[in-house]
Amino acid sequence: MVLLTRKIEFAASHLYHNPDFSPEENRRVFGKCNNPHGHGHNYTLEVTVAGEPDPVTGMVLDLKDLKEILEREVMQRMDHRFLNYEVPELAGQIPTCENIARVIWNLLDPKIKQGRLHRVRLYETPDLFADCYRNGSDRAQA
Amino acid sequence: MNSGTHIGAVKTELGRRYHFAASHRLHNSDLSEEENNRLYGKCNNPYGHGHNYVLEVLVSGKVDPATGMIANLADLDGFVQREVLEPFDHKSLHEDVEAFRKTVSTTENLCIEIFRRLKPFPKANLERIRVQETSNNSFEYAGDNPEGFEG
Repeated sequence: MVLLTRKIEFAASHLYHNPDFSPEENRRVFGKCNNPHGHGHNYTLEVTVAGEPDPVTGMVLDLKDLKEILEREVMQRMDHRFLNYEVPELAGQIPTCENIARVIWNLLDPKIKQGRLHRVRLYETPDLFADCYRNGSDRAQA
Repeated sequence: MNSGTHIGAVKTELGRRYHFAASHRLHNSDLSEEENNRLYGKCNNPYGHGHNYVLEVLVSGKVDPATGMIANLADLDGFVQREVLEPFDHKSLHEDVEAFRKTVSTTENLCIEIFRRLKPFPKANLERIRVQETSNNSFEYAGDNPEGFEG
């Protein structure tokens, strides 16, 4: 098995706010991320696909295809957007790194037909990231 | 708050990087000077030397629908600060940290010691750690957890 990783970057804004919490609770739990006007990050996304190289092409999957999937599913949805208000998949969720990474996993997984999605790593800053993997016993076969 | 779809199908981990600077000397007092010198080379310099270490901590757990978080970063940062950064940052590992008075402070042993210190984090499950000694050397440790490296 070979792992192939492609990286993209996008810029987006967000804020953390739970309408079920009081204003004090929101400030206490989310700190400066609770600023009502939001704030932004340069996100870096690393998408890793696992598979065997095709004997004819030598590829796990064509990088052009992966680039197009990432452009359509992630860049067009999230780049230069306010994640709370403009990304329907995140509606009703706090757009933390954990939740955004999971939304991206769920968007990409059904679209990757050659090889198998192995890992989604989303960096919010160089020192903070979330990883998603396939859960359960089929993870090892990925 | 909505917890998202396919929650059972995806395992999510939170990764956080920390930085500390420390000095050390690789030296095993059970070995002769010549053996130490042969084994550890310039790392055996009696006055020690230092590194800018990067510590990567990966934790897993349920993403709380109310907060969107596996663990609140303030809790994780505070725990790592107290357990690792305060005792290690700007210290001489083999002189200031009890664990390395007898155990050689290679980055392998540093990983094991840091993992031991962080494993009791109460708010999430420690999956593994990675310590980068220089931009060319890094080491990972997942304790006894065979799945710790699988994600």
